Amino acid sequence: MSKNLRINKNNFIDQTTRISFKFNGQKLFGYKGDTLASALLANNIHLVGRSFKYHRPRGIMTCGSEEPNAIVQIGNDPSLTDPNVRATEIELYEGLDASSQNCWPSVNFDIGGINNFLSPLLPAGFYYKTFMWPASFWEKYEYFIRHSAGLGKAPTKSDPDIYDHQYSHCDVLVVGGGISGIISAKLSAEKGLDTILIDDKSFLGGSTIYQENECYKINSVNSNKWLANEIESLKNYPNLLIKNRTSLAAFHGYNYLLARENLTDHLSINEKKGKVRQRLWKIRAKKVIIASGSIERPLIFSNNDRPGIILSSSIKKYIDYYGVKTGENISLFTNNDSAYETAISLYKSGVKVNVIVDIRKNSDSLIVKEALELGLKVLWESTVVDTQGYKRIKSFEVMKLSDDGNNVVGDRSKYNCDCLGISGGWTPMVHLFTQSGGKLKFRNDDNVFIPDENKTPSNQISVGSCNGEFKLNEIVVNTIENLKSFLSLSNSCYDGIKIICPDEKSKRNIWLLPSDKPIGKTKPFLDFQNDSTAKDVKLALREGFKSIEHVKRYTTTGMGTDQGKLSNMHALGIIADTTGTNMGELGTTTFRPPYTPLTFGAIVGRNVGEFFDHTRKTAIHNWHVKNKAEFENVGQWKRPWYFPKNGENMHQAVQRESKAARDSAGILDASTLGKIDIQGTDASEFLNRIYTNAWSKLEIGKCRYGLMLNEDGMVYDDGVTTRLGENHYIMTTTTGGAANVLSKMEDYLQTEWPELDVYLTTVTDQYSTISICGPNSKKILAKIVPGLDLSDNNFPHMSFKNTKISNVNCRIMRISFTGEHSYEINIQSNYAEDVWIKCMEAGKEYNLTPYGTETMHLLRAEKGFIITGQDTDGTLTPSDLQMDWIIGKKKFDFIGKRSLYRSDTIREDRKQLVGLLTEDPKEVLEEGAQLVENINKKPIEMLGHVTSSYFSPNLNKSIALAVVKSGKKLKGKKLIVPMENKNINVTITDTVFYDKENKRLNA
Amino acid sequence: MFIINCPYCGERDQTEFSCGGEAHIERPKQPTELSDDQWAEYLFMRKNIKGVQFERWNHAHGCRKWFNMVRDTSNDKIQAVYKMGEKPPVK
Repeated sequence: MSKNLRINKNNFIDQTTRISFKFNGQKLFGYKGDTLASALLANNIHLVGRSFKYHRPRGIMTCGSEEPNAIVQIGNDPSLTDPNVRATEIELYEGLDASSQNCWPSVNFDIGGINNFLSPLLPAGFYYKTFMWPASFWEKYEYFIRHSAGLGKAPTKSDPDIYDHQYSHCDVLVVGGGISGIISAKLSAEKGLDTILIDDKSFLGGSTIYQENECYKINSVNSNKWLANEIESLKNYPNLLIKNRTSLAAFHGYNYLLARENLTDHLSINEKKGKVRQRLWKIRAKKVIIASGSIERPLIFSNNDRPGIILSSSIKKYIDYYGVKTGENISLFTNNDSAYETAISLYKSGVKVNVIVDIRKNSDSLIVKEALELGLKVLWESTVVDTQGYKRIKSFEVMKLSDDGNNVVGDRSKYNCDCLGISGGWTPMVHLFTQSGGKLKFRNDDNVFIPDENKTPSNQISVGSCNGEFKLNEIVVNTIENLKSFLSLSNSCYDGIKIICPDEKSKRNIWLLPSDKPIGKTKPFLDFQNDSTAKDVKLALREGFKSIEHVKRYTTTGMGTDQGKLSNMHALGIIADTTGTNMGELGTTTFRPPYTPLTFGAIVGRNVGEFFDHTRKTAIHNWHVKNKAEFENVGQWKRPWYFPKNGENMHQAVQRESKAARDSAGILDASTLGKIDIQGTDASEFLNRIYTNAWSKLEIGKCRYGLMLNEDGMVYDDGVTTRLGENHYIMTTTTGGAANVLSKMEDYLQTEWPELDVYLTTVTDQYSTISICGPNSKKILAKIVPGLDLSDNNFPHMSFKNTKISNVNCRIMRISFTGEHSYEINIQSNYAEDVWIKCMEAGKEYNLTPYGTETMHLLRAEKGFIITGQDTDGTLTPSDLQMDWIIGKKKFDFIGKRSLYRSDTIREDRKQLVGLLTEDPKEVLEEGAQLVENINKKPIEMLGHVTSSYFSPNLNKSIALAVVKSGKKLKGKKLIVPMENKNINVTITDTVFYDKENKRLNA
Repeated sequence: MFIINCPYCGERDQTEFSCGGEAHIERPKQPTELSDDQWAEYLFMRKNIKGVQFERWNHAHGCRKWFNMVRDTSNDKIQAVYKMGEKPPVK
């Protein structure tokens, strides 16, 4: 098992820096520059995981983000562990601790492996078909299915890592640092454009940088050397920002792109500490150059998923870049020339490929000739029909292909191997292009979807192999020519460039390779991560699924964390072949962001904990904290909920506060109520149109309650507005409605009534509001503003006075939300806490009791005052609330007026606000509970629901408000509130429970 | 994520704006004279088309001004931006 498959030639791995790491508990060594995958392969470890459905042993298959199998769990700290990490992407660091996923008890002996032998019983749609009946059993099935499914384990504790967001604007963004990306970045930077180049790897140069082959020359130099010089020259451009380890996640409209930069995932555990782990770049680019390259396709034949079966180009990268042999007895299976490059690379590193199986009749390109000259054995017009070996491939069997490619002929011949490279051609990475809204076209020559230049969104271009250019000369020359027009360059530093490269002419493609066995007896895997096979796709088609989107969902092909980067093209090809459709007409499934998975940390950035949302605190907040208030969130505001004393619970505190407010005096911080300053010669007219009642005749110095409707006639907001001057009002709104009311009023002013001379200014934060209520409130206020005449004559209910408290200007309104004699002091916020403390001192002898929102709600419910948003829900008219008195019937128009007599709003059986009393006065109803009349007649008709419910200490009984169908007519009617364990009898009453004559206002 | 050229502030990110639905629906001057059907037409009926659409937008996290915008909903191309009360510059 533990062999060293590292060779000593290469320029990319630092073989002087040894790194120790753990895989499944085993201590292993690699070198700086390795990925986890390359280090495992160097240790001759191929088996890294189990497949999703059948738990088949799976090995490393690729060397990049398209990896479907080698997905591991990193670390085991409950807050830092990272699931579903691709071993082909994670860079090795000292102390890395990785383990296999989706296997139990271990990757070598996995009980779930039994699914593999049950696989004939687990076709596509197995779960859909089997667990449908009886429907009520789903919850039982689900428990077991959830436990047997799933990949890695999510962390169980909160993530201590730091994540960042950064906005960036640039002239040109180049996505991809392969040869076409490097050329693009240089041309853009050379022109002086502000350029960003991003690449998801730790190094630049793509696959060209390790292409050590005499067949590829640029300006008489080997292409890899030429490119290395170009990369070096990029350092000369201060206007070029290069971001390595940065993966483009999404390409949205208007060239808005998201990219995730990995900053510490490659560092040792000690080096990571205290640093930002990942940064999400939000880039707005004037122009985008996509140079995202292409990935190699696998070939689809029976048992093509065994550990040791690797994409041919990945074998090449492991040997050329990492200096790692993926096996000691390697064979290759291909339908194109690129496998021959792999064979030559291996040969130069001392590994002679045993045999190359090629489905084509022949190929006469330079590369193939070179391979043949080296004495490599090629089996032309042949296909692999099966493989053997459970945890590692041991052998494969080859047969001759018929002329039409539909069948195999002759006998099987068997070849031993420990690694089989497969190459099915190349797929351009068009994900980003389509995400941005571009449309693809199909090229029949080599079966690729490429960007349609006529359906490309403006200010972007695809260059290189993601644009379907696979030959070096095409890539370089076309990139330069296309960019000249894209970036408006008259000439370029690359003019006159000379390229030599092999020319591949021979092409043959068979999506599903034939076998001598019927398809039912084979296992040709398409989607390696989700374990869907060509059989499953064919079954879906037989069962009537036509749309590729449906086939995808039914078979789960392409729905894994690799998003089908390897599997989608073959699935489409097989559908096209089976249904006799052209692939171009079939189209592709939708490519959705992100291109590679994003961490939640990167998505939320710094917006966690206290930074998740803004917190608004009143100017008196610190006093509330000091006095042990419990807080309630009201929108973004923190409001005191109640002030518990001596270990009181909420109920006890609220009962005490409510009693004190009515018996003597209570004090409330009402600063969160919205305050809007309204000025202008048409201010009165404006209020006439906004509110349901009339405002023109309101005297200066007086206050009035107003109700605001939506245009559909439904109650929207309410509050008291005070006339400060001829053309000057101050409006109060509900706490939650403040911003919306202002926006709505601005909307009408700007769009419907631009002729009105009115100016709106929010002053919610500028003024704080202290409300003092209760029979002793007048005496307390008299101590604070001794000069002010508080007699009912001079300062009646619903009026206001300008005055001073300690030389600070303030407005005092005599208005009441509790039904008690009550004042609201409005004062500049920076003096608010000081004034509040003065009030507390002045009120000491009267037991002035601070109360919170809960007591406020209780007191107003005793009086039957509504809270918009609690007793209303956007479906109640003023009439439904029994507030017909507030409709200015004589007014020509106001917002919502016409809707008040639509056929629906004048129905008499609408839900209407009523009061409720319980038969047992101690029984407190639950808010939201349903009301019914007849519990025995089924289906039971729901007549309405409870909107507010409290135990009133002042009445010593339970009270509630509710909305009930035809409620206005039902006074005295007995209804039932059915609860889980009992039915509660209630009687419909008036909405006002306390002080019906309003005597206390002037007490 | 569009870039919107606010007629008062210039180009800004879409996150600064909020959309107020279909444009050029004038509030009736005398709602009381309308039948239920006519009023319902004004109140509820809005177009939701694939193609060129006239929309109201508000620079909510900026100058707070309302303006109109012509947008092709099929590709999100903004064809014109103009102030309230002005005639649409495209048809």
